[in-house]
Amino acid sequence: MAKVSMKVDGVVYEDEVPPRRLLVHHLRDGLGRVGTPVGCDTSNCGSCTLLVDGDSVKSCSVLAVQADGAEITTIQGLADDGKWHPVQKAFQQHHGLQCGYCTPGMIMATVDLLKHNPSPTEEEVRHGLEGNLCRCTGYQNIVKAVLSAASEMRGDGPLPGSFADAPETAGASA
Amino acid sequence: MSDATDIGVNPGAFAERIAEDPDAMSSPYAGGELGRGRRRKEDAKLLTGQTNWTDNITLPGLLHMAVLRSPMAHAKVLSVDVSGALEMPGVLAAYSGADLAEVQGSLPCAWPVTPDMVHPDHPPLAVDEVRHVGDGVAVVVARDRYAAVDALEAIAVEYEQLPAVVDMEEALADGAPLVHESAGTNRCFLFDFPGAGADYDETVQAAGDDAVVVKRRFVQQRLLPSAMEPRGVVVAPIAAADEYTVYSSTQVPHILRVMLALTTNIPEQKIRVIAPDVGGGFGSKLNVYAEEVLCLIVAKKLGRPVKWTESRSENYQGTIHGRDQIQDIEIAARRDGTLLGLKVQLLADMGAYLQLVTPGIPILGAFMFPAIYKMQAYRFICTGVFTTKTPTDAYRGAGRPEATYAIERIMDELAVELGRDPMELRKQNWIQHEEFPYDMVAGLTYDSGNYEAATAKAEQMFDLAGMRAEQQRRRESKDPVQLGIGISTFTEMCGLAPSRVLGSLSYGAGGWESASVRMLPTGKVEVVSGATPHGQGHHTAWSQIAADALGVPFDDVEVITGDTDSSPKGMDTYGSRSLVVGGVAIHKATGKVLEKAKRIAAHLLEAAEDDVEFDKGTFTVKGSPEAKLTIQEVALATFAAHNLPDGMEPTLDSDYVYDPENFSYPHGTHLCAVEVDTETGFTKIRKYVCVDDVGKIVNPVIVEGQVHGGLAQGIGQALYEEAVYDAEGNLTTGSLVDYLVPAASDLPHFETGRTETPATSNPLGVKGVGEAGTIASTPAVMNAVVDALRPFGVNDIRMPATPERVWRAIHGDGTGRAAAGTVAYGGAQTAATSGSAEGSSL
Repeated sequence: MAKVSMKVDGVVYEDEVPPRRLLVHHLRDGLGRVGTPVGCDTSNCGSCTLLVDGDSVKSCSVLAVQADGAEITTIQGLADDGKWHPVQKAFQQHHGLQCGYCTPGMIMATVDLLKHNPSPTEEEVRHGLEGNLCRCTGYQNIVKAVLSAASEMRGDGPLPGSFADAPETAGASA
Repeated sequence: MSDATDIGVNPGAFAERIAEDPDAMSSPYAGGELGRGRRRKEDAKLLTGQTNWTDNITLPGLLHMAVLRSPMAHAKVLSVDVSGALEMPGVLAAYSGADLAEVQGSLPCAWPVTPDMVHPDHPPLAVDEVRHVGDGVAVVVARDRYAAVDALEAIAVEYEQLPAVVDMEEALADGAPLVHESAGTNRCFLFDFPGAGADYDETVQAAGDDAVVVKRRFVQQRLLPSAMEPRGVVVAPIAAADEYTVYSSTQVPHILRVMLALTTNIPEQKIRVIAPDVGGGFGSKLNVYAEEVLCLIVAKKLGRPVKWTESRSENYQGTIHGRDQIQDIEIAARRDGTLLGLKVQLLADMGAYLQLVTPGIPILGAFMFPAIYKMQAYRFICTGVFTTKTPTDAYRGAGRPEATYAIERIMDELAVELGRDPMELRKQNWIQHEEFPYDMVAGLTYDSGNYEAATAKAEQMFDLAGMRAEQQRRRESKDPVQLGIGISTFTEMCGLAPSRVLGSLSYGAGGWESASVRMLPTGKVEVVSGATPHGQGHHTAWSQIAADALGVPFDDVEVITGDTDSSPKGMDTYGSRSLVVGGVAIHKATGKVLEKAKRIAAHLLEAAEDDVEFDKGTFTVKGSPEAKLTIQEVALATFAAHNLPDGMEPTLDSDYVYDPENFSYPHGTHLCAVEVDTETGFTKIRKYVCVDDVGKIVNPVIVEGQVHGGLAQGIGQALYEEAVYDAEGNLTTGSLVDYLVPAASDLPHFETGRTETPATSNPLGVKGVGEAGTIASTPAVMNAVVDALRPFGVNDIRMPATPERVWRAIHGDGTGRAAAGTVAYGGAQTAATSGSAEGSSL
């Protein structure tokens, strides 16, 4: 067993973990942070993507011990005091999700993508998210959501096609 | 074309607006809920990580099950020794198939398509013989998932290898090794369907020299459904009461409950099945799986909750696959292009066993090969074949994409043979909109449609004439990047299904759906539906239907699904049936609620019932504008029950079980332009336009999303996806490393449009949309790829059209040419004859 300490969505956790335990399993089984799902066993699907010290990481490809001392943000910690992140809002507005299984990873990858490229083209969004698979949406509304979120985060407002009555918090509907 | 945009519920400008607005994202509030682009109620939890996937469920004392799977395609199991596993740390139990043989039963197949169908036993754990890679041979139950998986390696299994049976034609040859020795054959069934028209051979012969016959062989490659959430099961027993709660990532909790009872002999009333949040299905979770039975019997034995979570690699070996058919299709027309008939002979790969509806999948296609075309004669013959591969079963479209591919591909080939424009040939032969309802040669009656309207709109959006001109320029200039244009004018049968039709096809259940609508004392509404969502957005759409009918706010409606305790009756979600059957059930149940509420309102308002009117949630009395009651006030009064009409039952709620009278028939026109780099073989979709007519729309945002996702899967089949087995029966595409699920960068932007021709077979006028994109898009893309390469003599390419296949087809190894008697690339045999009926028999 190895001692690990990490800050997950603002809370510090100190645990003893087997050295081979994957970060995603530590979060899910050890800490009960089950918002990050697992979709494959080859690091292809991206469902388990989260932020480690601000950078997107597939948490099935990292050992828990490698994240010792890190600050981790999962989908469960993305909203700010109950107020949705612009990417979350845009995904709902543009129907960028259906079953929602890829959504946590897709959103976290998007947050990282927009940090590095605040004004991506459609082509850049499609390539930037090619490590995250979705089987439901055909990606078109995901791409639209990302472009809209980028626009809003730049201060240009959401893209045309969005509703004016966008929900600010969980549970609201347009 | 005016009838195509007359949607009734929200007449006028709104209908035009959503029909014209390709992204349909800015649909305005139009005074009613039907047709409004509501954002989904489901999203809040999904966007914030508060979802209840099966693998998220944990219970006190929860144990984890892992399954040891056969590494061989076919072998006798000589011995299984689990003693080593039992010595591993954290392991509580381990069982071989022999250990569970008395209690595990046989996994069900509910669709015996012929009376003499071979229906072999399908033990959840193999006992004597394994028949595909991934067949389970033992399970371990341990304190955590790592310990369970570790212990699998300590199980010793002795196999005696038997020959694999991979190819369907080889499987049917004399002397082939048998997948099921006791059956004496690898043929599962022979289904011979003469249709409802004339005899095909006689019809062609009668046409004599005027008959033009084109034959082709198309191969529907095997596909992996790849729902993003792998399957999972948790079983929580109450041992003292012999009661079990089964959580499963299933599309069909109601069917699963019945089948678990039949399989395990645990009484049905002692089993509660819950489908928590389910992360996609596409047909792959429309089943009863070994792990569901195994978790149940292991939890019963141990008296403790047991969880199993599938890995993606297990998913590819142990969850059903889709498609896998060889289609020999023959079409006959007069020289003027008038279709005479169609003859189809299918080989359908069952895999090693029959899962829930495995044999029925190709049979669904039997009704769809004639598609939208008028013809006199039809014959359909399907042979089901056992091989040592993972069983096939329903995958998005289930029989209909295969049929649509074959007819739409061969219509293009017929057009070439006749020297006709492929769209003009279609227009000549399809059912004209004034001819509905139309009795098809395959026996179905199409209630409605307007192929002219959808096609006209698609041609305009696509700029078909402009694309043809560019194609001509590129051909003349010998541009290394050639342009191809593909057409798919499709229909499908949705809304599975009228129970009497299912009965006539020997299906083991009905096709109805159940709904309950309850007005609560506070005026809020609960809607219980037997349709079980796994990503579609039922809770949003059902809220709209109920809110619209009852005149209550959308946010006041709560929808309850997926739990056999709270939603006790249901036939679940598959076959584009939820809205067409389940949505109509809700609409009908609200009608019964309003009927009762009106009687109570009349009583309370001291008015004659005939004088009471209902509009937007309020009852009023004709001629007395001050006399009114809201439906919420009526609900409270009915709950209090202080003053009800004599004999009236308290509480305001109603149930309805709706059994549809016909299928519904969505249709549309999809146009695809591809650019094929003739030097590399790489295909890029330049433009994709689809105009779908799915009848009336409840929520255009959801409809749009369903179309997009369907297109992605259909394009995936055309260009990217194939489950490949080697000669030894190993699945060589056994993970996401090797199986190409398209990413965002692999897919184009879709331009979507709609026409709305209401279904006449149900009161909402809806048709279903879940599978349309998948069914239509595969032939549109492949027709485009072949069209691009016709100057190179190419007239067929096997799917998926990978760069290698395209390059080989262009560069003359014969793989792109369909010629009588030749075996084309990868065993795809194609044949073309013309000018006579000779050789038309199969």
